[in-house]
Amino acid sequence: MKVALIDYGSGNLRSAAKAFEKVAGELGGGDVVVTTDAKALDAATHIVLPGVGAFRDCRDGVLAIPGMMDALTRNVIEKKKPFLGICVGMQLMARWGREHGDTEGFGWIAGEVARLTPSDAALKIPHMGWNDLRFDPSAHPVLQSLTPGAFAYFVHSYAMRAENPADVLATVDYGGPVTAMVGRDNMIGTQFHPEKSQRVGQAVIAGFLKWKP
Amino acid sequence: MSLTVRIIPCLDVDKGRVVKGVNFVNLVDAGDPVEQAKLYDAAGADELTFLDITASHENRETIFDVVRRTAEQCFMPVTVGGGVRTLDDVRKLLLAGADKVSINSAAVANPQFVAEAATKFGSQCIVVGIDAKKVDNPKVASGFEIFTHGGRRGTDIDAVTWAKRMAELGAGEILLTSMDRDGTKVGFDLPLTRAISDAVTIPVIASGGVGTLDHLVAGVTEGHASAVLAASIFHFGTYTIAQAKDHMRRAGLPMRGAGDAA
Repeated sequence: MKVALIDYGSGNLRSAAKAFEKVAGELGGGDVVVTTDAKALDAATHIVLPGVGAFRDCRDGVLAIPGMMDALTRNVIEKKKPFLGICVGMQLMARWGREHGDTEGFGWIAGEVARLTPSDAALKIPHMGWNDLRFDPSAHPVLQSLTPGAFAYFVHSYAMRAENPADVLATVDYGGPVTAMVGRDNMIGTQFHPEKSQRVGQAVIAGFLKWKP
Repeated sequence: MSLTVRIIPCLDVDKGRVVKGVNFVNLVDAGDPVEQAKLYDAAGADELTFLDITASHENRETIFDVVRRTAEQCFMPVTVGGGVRTLDDVRKLLLAGADKVSINSAAVANPQFVAEAATKFGSQCIVVGIDAKKVDNPKVASGFEIFTHGGRRGTDIDAVTWAKRMAELGAGEILLTSMDRDGTKVGFDLPLTRAISDAVTIPVIASGGVGTLDHLVAGVTEGHASAVLAASIFHFGTYTIAQAKDHMRRAGLPMRGAGDAA
Protein backbone atom coordinates (compact mmCIF):
# COMPACT_ATOMS: atom_id res chain seq x y z
CA MET A 1 0.00 0.00 0.00
CA LYS A 2 1.33 3.40 -0.98
CA VAL A 3 -0.84 6.42 -0.20
CA ALA A 4 -0.13 9.72 -1.95
CA LEU A 5 -1.50 12.87 -0.31
CA ILE A 6 -1.36 15.66 -2.82
CA ASP A 7 0.16 18.85 -1.41
CA TYR A 8 -0.75 21.82 -3.57
CA GLY A 9 -0.33 24.47 -0.91
CA SER A 10 -3.79 24.18 0.58
CA GLY A 11 -3.13 24.17 4.26
CA ASN A 12 -1.45 21.79 6.59
CA LEU A 13 -1.33 18.11 5.70
CA ARG A 14 0.42 16.97 8.87
CA SER A 15 -2.78 15.83 10.57
CA ALA A 16 -4.02 14.04 7.48
CA ALA A 17 -0.68 12.31 6.94
CA LYS A 18 -0.49 11.25 10.59
CA ALA A 19 -4.05 9.91 10.53
CA PHE A 20 -3.35 7.87 7.38
CA GLU A 21 -0.07 6.61 8.86
CA LYS A 22 -1.85 5.52 12.04
CA VAL A 23 -4.60 3.68 10.17
CA ALA A 24 -2.22 2.18 7.59
CA GLY A 25 -0.09 0.92 10.48
CA GLU A 26 -3.11 -0.72 12.08
CA LEU A 27 -3.91 -2.40 8.77
CA GLY A 28 -0.46 -3.96 8.57
CA GLY A 29 1.66 -1.11 7.28
CA GLY A 30 2.09 1.01 4.22
CA ASP A 31 3.78 4.13 2.99
CA VAL A 32 2.11 7.50 3.27
CA VAL A 33 3.73 10.27 1.25
CA VAL A 34 2.83 13.93 1.14
CA THR A 35 3.80 14.99 -2.33
CA THR A 36 3.94 17.95 -4.67
CA ASP A 37 5.15 15.71 -7.48
CA ALA A 38 2.70 14.56 -10.16
CA LYS A 39 4.85 11.50 -10.83
CA ALA A 40 4.27 10.26 -7.27
CA LEU A 41 0.69 9.46 -8.26
CA ASP A 42 1.93 6.86 -10.75
CA ALA A 43 3.74 5.04 -7.95
CA ALA A 44 0.79 5.26 -5.53
CA THR A 45 -1.89 2.67 -4.85
CA HIS A 46 -4.24 5.19 -3.20
CA ILE A 47 -4.63 8.90 -3.95
CA VAL A 48 -5.91 11.48 -1.48
CA LEU A 49 -6.72 15.09 -2.36
CA PRO A 50 -7.24 17.27 0.71
CA GLY A 51 -8.25 20.91 0.52
CA VAL A 52 -9.30 23.86 2.62
CA GLY A 53 -10.20 27.38 1.62
CA ALA A 54 -11.90 28.54 -1.54
CA PHE A 55 -12.86 26.33 -4.50
CA ARG A 56 -11.06 28.46 -7.08
CA ASP A 57 -7.86 28.78 -5.05
CA CYS A 58 -7.74 25.01 -4.59
CA ARG A 59 -8.51 24.29 -8.26
CA ASP A 60 -5.79 26.75 -9.30
CA GLY A 61 -3.40 25.19 -6.79
CA VAL A 62 -3.84 21.74 -8.36
CA LEU A 63 -3.50 23.11 -11.90
CA ALA A 64 -0.35 25.04 -10.92
CA ILE A 65 1.58 21.81 -10.35
CA PRO A 66 3.08 20.71 -13.67
CA GLY A 67 1.45 17.51 -14.86
CA MET A 68 -0.79 17.09 -11.79
CA MET A 69 -4.15 17.21 -13.56
CA ASP A 70 -2.89 14.78 -16.21
CA ALA A 71 -1.56 12.50 -13.47
CA LEU A 72 -4.93 12.61 -11.68
CA THR A 73 -6.79 11.76 -14.88
CA ARG A 74 -4.33 9.01 -15.75
CA ASN A 75 -4.40 7.35 -12.32
CA VAL A 76 -7.98 7.96 -11.18
CA ILE A 77 -9.95 7.84 -14.44
CA GLU A 78 -7.83 5.51 -16.58
CA LYS A 79 -6.06 3.26 -14.06
CA LYS A 80 -8.99 3.49 -11.65
CA LYS A 81 -6.93 3.77 -8.47
CA PRO A 82 -8.93 4.42 -5.28
CA PHE A 83 -9.31 8.17 -4.83
CA LEU A 84 -10.47 10.13 -1.79
CA GLY A 85 -11.20 13.84 -1.90
CA ILE A 86 -11.51 15.62 1.46
CA CYS A 87 -13.50 18.84 2.00
CA VAL A 88 -12.62 21.17 -0.89
CA GLY A 89 -10.72 18.21 -2.38
CA MET A 90 -14.11 16.49 -2.56
CA GLN A 91 -15.81 19.60 -3.91
CA LEU A 92 -13.29 19.76 -6.78
CA MET A 93 -14.70 16.45 -8.04
CA ALA A 94 -17.83 18.37 -9.11
CA ARG A 95 -18.33 19.88 -12.53
CA TRP A 96 -18.77 23.42 -11.20
CA GLY A 97 -17.90 25.50 -8.17
CA ARG A 98 -20.07 28.57 -7.57
CA GLU A 99 -17.90 30.18 -4.88
CA HIS A 100 -16.70 33.69 -5.86
CA GLY A 101 -17.98 33.23 -9.43
CA ASP A 102 -18.16 30.09 -11.53
CA THR A 103 -15.11 27.83 -11.62
CA GLU A 104 -14.81 24.55 -13.47
CA GLY A 105 -14.06 21.55 -11.32
CA PHE A 106 -12.74 18.16 -12.40
CA GLY A 107 -16.16 17.15 -13.68
CA TRP A 108 -15.98 13.66 -12.14
CA ILE A 109 -19.30 14.03 -10.33
CA ALA A 110 -22.18 15.68 -12.17
CA GLY A 111 -23.23 18.61 -10.06
CA GLU A 112 -22.19 21.89 -8.58
CA VAL A 113 -20.81 23.26 -5.33
CA ALA A 114 -23.04 26.05 -4.05
CA ARG A 115 -23.43 28.06 -0.89
CA LEU A 116 -25.34 26.41 1.94
CA THR A 117 -28.87 27.74 2.20
CA PRO A 118 -30.36 26.22 5.35
CA SER A 119 -34.14 26.49 5.61
CA ASP A 120 -33.76 27.91 9.12
CA ALA A 121 -32.18 31.37 8.83
CA ALA A 122 -30.93 31.13 12.42
CA LEU A 123 -28.51 28.36 11.46
CA LYS A 124 -24.95 29.63 11.34
CA ILE A 125 -22.67 29.59 8.31
CA PRO A 126 -20.06 28.05 8.19
CA HIS A 127 -21.64 24.73 9.13
CA MET A 128 -19.02 24.04 11.77
CA GLY A 129 -18.79 21.12 14.14
CA TRP A 130 -19.95 17.53 14.54
CA ASN A 131 -23.01 16.35 12.66
CA ASP A 132 -24.46 12.85 12.38
CA LEU A 133 -24.12 11.01 9.09
CA ARG A 134 -27.17 9.54 7.39
CA PHE A 135 -26.46 6.68 5.03
CA ASP A 136 -27.20 3.13 4.08
CA PRO A 137 -24.17 1.04 5.14
CA SER A 138 -24.79 -1.31 2.23
CA ALA A 139 -24.54 1.57 -0.25
CA HIS A 140 -20.74 1.54 -0.35
CA PRO A 141 -17.91 -0.68 0.97
CA VAL A 142 -16.26 2.29 2.71
CA LEU A 143 -19.42 2.80 4.79
CA GLN A 144 -19.81 -0.81 5.86
CA SER A 145 -17.95 -0.52 9.15
CA LEU A 146 -19.82 2.66 10.16
CA THR A 147 -23.09 2.95 12.02
CA PRO A 148 -25.65 5.44 10.72
CA GLY A 149 -25.72 8.34 13.14
CA ALA A 150 -21.94 8.35 13.54
CA PHE A 151 -20.61 11.87 13.98
CA ALA A 152 -18.10 13.53 11.69
CA TYR A 153 -16.46 16.95 11.84
CA PHE A 154 -17.49 19.56 9.28
CA VAL A 155 -16.37 23.09 8.53
CA HIS A 156 -17.69 24.53 5.27
CA SER A 157 -19.98 27.15 3.79
CA TYR A 158 -20.45 25.53 0.38
CA ALA A 159 -21.66 22.03 -0.40
CA MET A 160 -22.02 19.74 -3.37
CA ARG A 161 -25.36 19.32 -5.08
CA ALA A 162 -25.04 16.16 -7.14
CA GLU A 163 -27.33 15.69 -10.12
CA ASN A 164 -27.41 11.93 -9.77
CA PRO A 165 -28.80 10.90 -6.35
CA ALA A 166 -26.86 7.64 -6.60
CA ASP A 167 -23.60 9.61 -6.34
CA VAL A 168 -24.57 10.85 -2.86
CA LEU A 169 -23.45 8.24 -0.32
CA ALA A 170 -24.18 10.13 2.89
CA THR A 171 -25.87 13.33 4.02
CA VAL A 172 -26.25 15.35 7.19
CA ASP A 173 -29.16 17.52 8.22
CA TYR A 174 -28.48 21.23 8.42
CA GLY A 175 -31.71 22.99 7.64
CA GLY A 176 -32.26 20.34 4.96
CA PRO A 177 -30.04 17.58 3.62
CA VAL A 178 -26.39 18.51 2.98
CA THR A 179 -24.08 16.24 0.98
CA ALA A 180 -21.58 14.65 3.35
CA MET A 181 -20.08 12.00 1.09
CA VAL A 182 -20.13 11.28 -2.63
CA GLY A 183 -18.75 8.49 -4.74
CA ARG A 184 -18.88 6.55 -7.93
CA ASP A 185 -16.68 3.84 -9.42
CA ASN A 186 -13.24 4.07 -7.75
CA MET A 187 -13.65 7.55 -6.27
CA ILE A 188 -15.17 8.87 -3.06
CA GLY A 189 -15.19 12.26 -1.43
CA THR A 190 -16.05 13.45 2.06
CA GLN A 191 -17.22 16.96 2.90
CA PHE A 192 -16.23 16.22 6.49
CA HIS A 193 -12.66 15.84 7.71
CA PRO A 194 -11.87 12.18 8.45
CA GLU A 195 -8.47 13.23 9.81
CA LYS A 196 -10.26 15.37 12.41
CA SER A 197 -13.16 13.05 13.15
CA GLN A 198 -11.46 10.87 15.74
CA ARG A 199 -12.63 7.23 15.71
CA VAL A 200 -15.29 7.69 13.04
CA GLY A 201 -12.83 9.44 10.76
CA GLN A 202 -10.30 6.68 11.19
CA ALA A 203 -12.98 4.12 10.31
CA VAL A 204 -13.61 6.00 7.05
CA ILE A 205 -9.88 6.06 6.31
CA ALA A 206 -9.61 2.34 7.08
CA GLY A 207 -12.59 1.64 4.83
CA PHE A 208 -10.96 3.59 2.04
CA LEU A 209 -7.58 1.86 2.40
CA LYS A 210 -9.21 -1.59 2.45
CA TRP A 211 -11.52 -0.83 -0.47
CA LYS A 212 -10.95 -2.77 -3.68
CA PRO A 213 -13.05 -0.92 -6.25
CA MET B 1 -30.09 14.86 15.38
CA SER B 2 -28.23 17.51 13.47
CA LEU B 3 -25.29 19.75 14.19
CA THR B 4 -24.31 19.25 17.82
CA VAL B 5 -23.19 21.76 20.43
CA ARG B 6 -19.43 21.72 20.79
CA ILE B 7 -17.66 21.50 24.13
CA ILE B 8 -14.21 23.01 23.83
CA PRO B 9 -11.69 22.67 26.62
CA CYS B 10 -9.15 25.47 26.59
CA LEU B 11 -5.56 25.04 27.64
CA ASP B 12 -3.76 28.23 28.57
CA VAL B 13 -0.13 27.68 27.69
CA ASP B 14 2.78 29.63 29.14
CA LYS B 15 6.25 28.75 27.86
CA GLY B 16 5.06 25.31 26.81
CA ARG B 17 3.27 24.51 30.06
CA VAL B 18 -0.45 24.46 30.81
CA VAL B 19 -1.70 27.06 33.27
CA LYS B 20 -5.03 28.57 34.08
CA GLY B 21 -5.30 31.97 35.64
CA VAL B 22 -7.99 33.62 37.64
CA ASN B 23 -8.69 36.91 35.89
CA PHE B 24 -5.36 36.39 34.13
CA VAL B 25 -3.26 36.61 37.30
CA ASN B 26 -2.07 34.09 39.91
CA LEU B 27 -1.23 31.43 37.35
CA VAL B 28 -1.07 27.86 38.58
CA ASP B 29 1.05 25.36 36.70
CA ALA B 30 -0.97 22.28 35.86
CA GLY B 31 0.66 20.09 33.27
CA ASP B 32 2.05 19.28 29.89
CA PRO B 33 -0.22 20.56 27.10
CA VAL B 34 0.29 17.61 24.77
CA GLU B 35 -0.56 15.08 27.46
CA GLN B 36 -3.61 17.14 28.36
CA ALA B 37 -4.63 17.31 24.70
CA LYS B 38 -4.43 13.52 24.39
CA LEU B 39 -6.62 13.11 27.47
CA TYR B 40 -9.22 15.48 26.06
CA ASP B 41 -9.08 13.73 22.68
CA ALA B 42 -9.75 10.38 24.34
CA ALA B 43 -12.43 11.91 26.57
CA GLY B 44 -14.47 13.03 23.57
CA ALA B 45 -13.89 16.78 23.59
CA ASP B 46 -15.30 18.23 20.37
CA GLU B 47 -12.40 20.60 19.77
CA LEU B 48 -9.43 21.86 21.66
CA THR B 49 -8.13 25.40 22.05
CA PHE B 50 -4.62 26.43 23.03
CA LEU B 51 -4.23 29.97 24.23
CA ASP B 52 -0.60 31.05 24.22
CA ILE B 53 -0.72 33.58 27.01
CA THR B 54 2.95 34.47 26.92
CA ALA B 55 2.94 35.10 23.21
CA SER B 56 2.93 38.85 23.52
CA HIS B 57 6.14 38.87 25.45
CA GLU B 58 8.28 35.88 24.71
CA ASN B 59 9.68 33.52 22.19
CA ARG B 60 6.88 31.75 20.32
CA GLU B 61 8.75 28.60 19.31
CA THR B 62 7.41 26.64 22.29
CA ILE B 63 3.81 26.91 21.08
CA PHE B 64 4.74 25.71 17.57
CA ASP B 65 6.31 22.65 19.16
CA VAL B 66 3.23 22.05 21.33
CA VAL B 67 0.92 22.33 18.31
CA ARG B 68 3.16 20.13 16.19
CA ARG B 69 3.32 17.35 18.77
CA THR B 70 -0.42 17.59 19.44
CA ALA B 71 -1.34 17.36 15.77
CA GLU B 72 0.70 14.20 15.44
CA GLN B 73 -1.25 12.45 18.17
CA CYS B 74 -4.71 14.02 18.34
CA PHE B 75 -7.17 13.66 15.48
CA MET B 76 -9.52 16.42 16.54
CA PRO B 77 -9.81 20.08 15.57
CA VAL B 78 -7.33 22.36 17.30
CA THR B 79 -7.47 26.16 17.54
CA VAL B 80 -4.53 28.27 18.62
CA GLY B 81 -4.74 31.85 19.84
CA GLY B 82 -2.51 34.37 21.51
CA GLY B 83 -0.06 36.76 19.93
CA VAL B 84 -1.16 36.12 16.35
CA ARG B 85 -0.12 39.34 14.60
CA THR B 86 1.03 38.63 11.07
CA LEU B 87 0.14 36.43 8.12
CA ASP B 88 3.38 34.62 8.83
CA ASP B 89 2.19 33.86 12.38
CA VAL B 90 -1.01 32.37 10.93
CA ARG B 91 0.88 30.39 8.32
CA LYS B 92 3.33 28.95 10.86
CA LEU B 93 0.56 27.85 13.22
CA LEU B 94 -1.43 26.23 10.41
CA LEU B 95 1.69 24.48 9.14
CA ALA B 96 2.46 23.28 12.66
CA GLY B 97 -0.96 21.60 12.62
CA ALA B 98 -3.51 24.10 13.93
CA ASP B 99 -6.88 23.90 12.19
CA LYS B 100 -7.95 27.36 13.24
CA VAL B 101 -6.11 30.42 14.45
CA SER B 102 -7.62 33.00 16.75
CA ILE B 103 -6.77 36.65 16.13
CA ASN B 104 -7.43 39.11 18.92
CA SER B 105 -5.45 42.30 19.59
CA ALA B 106 -4.03 42.38 16.08
CA ALA B 107 -7.56 42.63 14.68
CA VAL B 108 -8.18 45.69 16.82
CA ALA B 109 -4.89 47.25 15.75
CA ASN B 110 -5.60 46.52 12.09
CA PRO B 111 -9.02 45.11 11.12
CA GLN B 112 -7.84 44.53 7.55
CA PHE B 113 -5.51 41.87 8.92
CA VAL B 114 -8.60 39.70 9.44
CA ALA B 115 -9.64 40.22 5.82
CA GLU B 116 -6.15 39.43 4.57
CA ALA B 117 -5.89 36.29 6.67
CA ALA B 118 -9.34 35.08 5.60
CA THR B 119 -8.56 35.70 1.94
CA LYS B 120 -5.19 34.00 2.18
CA PHE B 121 -6.09 30.97 4.29
CA GLY B 122 -9.90 30.78 4.14
CA SER B 123 -12.55 31.93 6.58
CA GLN B 124 -12.84 28.40 7.95
CA CYS B 125 -9.56 28.79 9.83
CA ILE B 126 -9.86 32.39 10.99
CA VAL B 127 -11.39 32.88 14.42
CA VAL B 128 -11.61 36.38 15.86
CA GLY B 129 -11.18 36.49 19.61
CA ILE B 130 -13.23 39.19 21.29
CA ASP B 131 -12.55 40.13 24.89
CA ALA B 132 -15.37 42.30 26.19
CA LYS B 133 -16.37 43.98 29.43
CA LYS B 134 -19.62 45.53 30.54
CA VAL B 135 -18.96 49.25 30.74
CA ASP B 136 -20.62 52.56 31.28
CA ASN B 137 -19.09 54.27 28.27
CA PRO B 138 -21.22 56.62 26.15
CA LYS B 139 -19.18 55.64 23.07
CA VAL B 140 -20.32 52.02 23.43
CA ALA B 141 -24.02 51.71 22.62
CA SER B 142 -24.45 48.04 23.53
CA GLY B 143 -22.79 48.56 26.91
CA PHE B 144 -20.08 46.02 26.03
CA GLU B 145 -16.63 47.29 25.13
CA ILE B 146 -13.70 45.52 23.50
CA PHE B 147 -10.60 45.21 25.67
CA THR B 148 -7.17 44.12 24.51
CA HIS B 149 -3.89 43.07 26.08
CA GLY B 150 -5.37 40.52 28.43
CA GLY B 151 -8.20 42.82 29.44
CA ARG B 152 -6.01 45.71 30.48
CA ARG B 153 -6.65 48.14 27.64
CA GLY B 154 -10.02 49.64 26.67
CA THR B 155 -10.67 50.60 23.06
CA ASP B 156 -13.98 52.53 22.99
CA ILE B 157 -15.11 49.91 20.45
CA ASP B 158 -18.61 48.47 20.79
CA ALA B 159 -18.38 44.68 20.98
CA VAL B 160 -21.58 44.03 19.00
CA THR B 161 -20.66 46.40 16.18
CA TRP B 162 -17.19 44.91 16.17
CA ALA B 163 -18.43 41.34 15.93
CA LYS B 164 -20.53 42.20 12.88
CA ARG B 165 -17.59 43.93 11.26
CA MET B 166 -15.29 40.98 11.88
CA ALA B 167 -17.84 38.65 10.26
CA GLU B 168 -18.08 40.94 7.25
CA LEU B 169 -14.30 40.98 6.92
CA GLY B 170 -14.26 37.19 6.70
CA ALA B 171 -13.95 35.77 10.19
CA GLY B 172 -15.36 32.23 10.25
CA GLU B 173 -16.11 32.15 13.95
CA ILE B 174 -16.00 34.34 17.05
CA LEU B 175 -14.46 33.32 20.35
CA LEU B 176 -16.19 35.60 22.81
CA THR B 177 -14.73 36.02 26.29
CA SER B 178 -16.28 38.06 29.05
CA MET B 179 -13.37 39.65 30.86
CA ASP B 180 -15.68 40.35 33.80
CA ARG B 181 -16.45 36.67 34.16
CA ASP B 182 -13.18 35.02 33.17
CA GLY B 183 -11.97 32.89 36.06
CA THR B 184 -14.89 33.77 38.33
CA LYS B 185 -16.93 30.53 37.98
CA VAL B 186 -20.21 32.48 38.19
CA GLY B 187 -21.27 31.70 34.63
CA PHE B 188 -21.06 33.24 31.16
CA ASP B 189 -22.13 36.84 30.67
CA LEU B 190 -25.37 35.76 28.99
CA PRO B 191 -26.60 39.17 27.78
CA LEU B 192 -23.21 39.73 26.13
CA THR B 193 -23.19 36.27 24.58
CA ARG B 194 -26.72 36.61 23.27
CA ALA B 195 -26.13 40.10 21.90
CA ILE B 196 -23.14 38.91 19.88
CA SER B 197 -24.60 35.55 18.82
CA ASP B 198 -27.80 37.14 17.57
CA ALA B 199 -25.91 39.88 15.71
CA VAL B 200 -23.79 37.64 13.48
CA THR B 201 -24.44 34.71 11.15
CA ILE B 202 -21.15 32.96 12.01
CA PRO B 203 -20.80 30.61 15.00
CA VAL B 204 -19.98 32.11 18.40
CA ILE B 205 -18.07 30.28 21.12
CA ALA B 206 -19.02 31.43 24.62
CA SER B 207 -16.13 31.76 27.04
CA GLY B 208 -15.36 33.10 30.48
CA GLY B 209 -16.89 32.22 33.81
CA VAL B 210 -17.98 28.57 33.66
CA GLY B 211 -18.23 27.05 37.12
CA THR B 212 -21.08 24.55 36.77
CA LEU B 213 -22.59 22.36 34.09
CA ASP B 214 -25.75 24.49 34.14
CA HIS B 215 -23.57 27.39 33.01
CA LEU B 216 -22.68 25.43 29.87
CA VAL B 217 -26.37 24.82 29.14
CA ALA B 218 -27.26 28.48 29.67
CA GLY B 219 -24.54 29.58 27.26
CA VAL B 220 -26.46 27.84 24.49
CA THR B 221 -30.10 28.14 25.57
CA GLU B 222 -29.91 31.72 26.83
CA GLY B 223 -26.68 32.97 25.26
CA HIS B 224 -27.45 31.38 21.86
CA ALA B 225 -23.82 30.27 21.49
CA SER B 226 -22.91 27.47 19.06
CA ALA B 227 -20.15 26.17 21.29
CA VAL B 228 -18.97 26.52 24.87
CA LEU B 229 -15.40 26.87 26.03
CA ALA B 230 -14.19 26.13 29.51
CA ALA B 231 -10.88 25.54 31.18
CA SER B 232 -10.82 25.13 34.94
CA ILE B 233 -13.85 22.90 35.39
CA PHE B 234 -12.32 20.28 33.11
CA HIS B 235 -8.71 20.92 33.78
CA PHE B 236 -8.86 20.50 37.51
CA GLY B 237 -11.18 17.52 37.22
CA THR B 238 -14.30 19.14 38.65
CA TYR B 239 -16.27 17.62 35.79
CA THR B 240 -15.42 15.30 32.93
CA ILE B 241 -16.30 15.99 29.30
CA ALA B 242 -18.71 13.04 29.47
CA GLN B 243 -20.50 14.50 32.50
CA ALA B 244 -20.81 17.83 30.73
CA LYS B 245 -22.24 16.17 27.63
CA ASP B 246 -24.70 14.07 29.61
CA HIS B 247 -25.87 17.13 31.48
CA MET B 248 -26.34 19.17 28.33
CA ARG B 249 -28.07 16.28 26.59
CA ARG B 250 -30.51 15.93 29.48
CA ALA B 251 -31.20 19.65 29.13
CA GLY B 252 -32.38 18.91 25.60
CA LEU B 253 -29.31 20.05 23.65
CA PRO B 254 -27.97 18.03 20.69
CA MET B 255 -24.66 16.55 21.82
CA ARG B 256 -22.20 14.14 20.29
CA GLY B 257 -21.73 11.15 22.57
CA ALA B 258 -18.38 11.17 24.34
CA GLY B 259 -18.10 7.54 23.27
CA ASP B 260 -17.70 8.59 19.64
CA ALA B 261 -14.14 9.75 20.31
CA ALA B 262 -10.85 7.92 19.91
